[in-house]
Amino acid sequence: MSNMKTIYKVPSPIAKRDTSYCPGCTHGVAHRLIAELLEEMDLTKKTVIVWPVGCAVLGYYFIETDALEAAHGRACAMATGVKRVHPETFVLTYQGDGDIASIGIAETIHAAARGENITTVFINNGNYGMTGGQMAPTTLIGQVTTTSPYGRKPEMNGFPIHLPEMLATMDGPAYIARGALDNTQHILQAKKFLKKAFNTQLKGLGYALVELVSNCPTNWKMTPVESLERIRKEVLPVFPIGEFRVVKGVE
Amino acid sequence: MGEKILMKGAEAIAEAAIKAGAMAFFGYPITPQNETPEYFSRRMPEVGRIFLQAESEVAAINMIYGAACTGTRVFASSSSPGISLMQEGFSYIANSNVPCVVANVMRGGPGLGDIAPAQGDYFQATKGGGHGDYHTIVIAPHTLQEEVDLVLKAFDLAEKYRIMVVLIVDGLLGQMMEPVEFKETVDVTKFKVPEWATVGQGDREDRIIITSLDLAPEGLEKMNLHLQEKYRKIEEQEVMVEEYRMDDAEYAITAFGTMARISKTTIELARSEGIKVGLIRPITVWPFPSKTIENRANQVKFFFDTELNAGQMIEDVKLALNGARPVYFYGKMGGIVPSAEEVLEEFKKHLGGQHE
Repeated sequence: MSNMKTIYKVPSPIAKRDTSYCPGCTHGVAHRLIAELLEEMDLTKKTVIVWPVGCAVLGYYFIETDALEAAHGRACAMATGVKRVHPETFVLTYQGDGDIASIGIAETIHAAARGENITTVFINNGNYGMTGGQMAPTTLIGQVTTTSPYGRKPEMNGFPIHLPEMLATMDGPAYIARGALDNTQHILQAKKFLKKAFNTQLKGLGYALVELVSNCPTNWKMTPVESLERIRKEVLPVFPIGEFRVVKGVE
Repeated sequence: MGEKILMKGAEAIAEAAIKAGAMAFFGYPITPQNETPEYFSRRMPEVGRIFLQAESEVAAINMIYGAACTGTRVFASSSSPGISLMQEGFSYIANSNVPCVVANVMRGGPGLGDIAPAQGDYFQATKGGGHGDYHTIVIAPHTLQEEVDLVLKAFDLAEKYRIMVVLIVDGLLGQMMEPVEFKETVDVTKFKVPEWATVGQGDREDRIIITSLDLAPEGLEKMNLHLQEKYRKIEEQEVMVEEYRMDDAEYAITAFGTMARISKTTIELARSEGIKVGLIRPITVWPFPSKTIENRANQVKFFFDTELNAGQMIEDVKLALNGARPVYFYGKMGGIVPSAEEVLEEFKKHLGGQHE
């Protein structure tokens, strides 16, 4: 027994309770990556996570740190308030596509423009999951949702928003990347992106955001496996994985 | 005691907040309170504190919300349309039980309105404004000295009850200049992080979550009952009201802010004509001094309410009186401020030929 080695365990910040997420949803993967990094980087006790309105609205029950619950879209503004008065805290926002790229896009862009020293984890699952699968700013052209029942049409609904590419055009942000949670290789890569984003804040380099292309088996009306295949076949060609802005010093 | 300094209202309130220990200011430009953020932008770096111009009032109030959750003394100011944008944050802050102080330098509305002094935000300030059952403490000073004195009181109340305190000052008080004296400077080095604040768990045994959410109706009812209990306590203990020349008054004017100040002159004019009139001036418009008004019901023949709106506080005056005495009204809208003589003329219309 004595030569047995722990190679896999529940990260200490993960609560010992069931989540509110649907079976097969990658929110759990994203939570795990964050929790692993908080533990590995010894950040848990100095962290304040600002949770969103959306599927992760109860996220503070699943990752155990000091936590705030923002109004819809306002996480970056709220996080700014925390970080400006307590710069020693490690401040994360966790936001979905509707939250960050629709109702909260002003707060997000301006936090990035200011180079606010906070870190955003952005879950892109292409729809408003919690409210039942409505069209989001990241819904693909042709994608059927409950408010685009004939498929998203550019002439009616415009085009999907590529937030990292937009933010990467600005001088404020220090680190902007997009990863995906559809397979092990991508998940490990996403963790590396997140680690860089966390380090960006710790080094005081400014705003960092990592988009994580995620699934929504329930509202996509797919099995979990089908939903992961859809990410590879349909979503990643539109929202490609990559690092879009990496300023000097980010590692 | 400090010296008297001639200052503009919108700057005096900023200096008062700094002296009261405001560690951060978040705001967005809007007339007639631009001198407030401008003043903070100069002074906060001098005292090593935070000034941040937000991208909107929506963002500003959420920055305030975030900073308030860390137990830091934070201050924001805006004017009517901007305060409307902030109402979302007001509601969240209420149900999160975090303290902060916000000034509303009221201008004419509705809509874009104008930039002249008005009191049309009384309903919004005292009855909620945002969604759900909540109150903020609402303080309505009528001179710059009072405004300056009440800023520190506002922070103390905000922290005592973990509630938002709103200072409603009409544009006249924001733009006028008067000598003010800053009586007290808070030693901010003595500030400690309160035990309920979210700054990372650190050595605390338990982590802290600040949220306005409870998806279980029984849980949310409990949050609401807590708020209501707090509001009843505030109503019992924190009413501030001035009674001016009420001892021998046969008539009572009710007014707040600038209209109360004008009414004091009206009262002098009336008394020089032998009309015994006094003033009941709510300093807190929420909690409202209902008892003070009710107590004078048997003494005076009628109440005369005057405001820079179409008649808002008058509803609270009538509720306090419950029909015991007539309540008449004179108001001006659109940012027009009547003179003391005009108020007197309107008041005299209700005397029924006496004193004519």
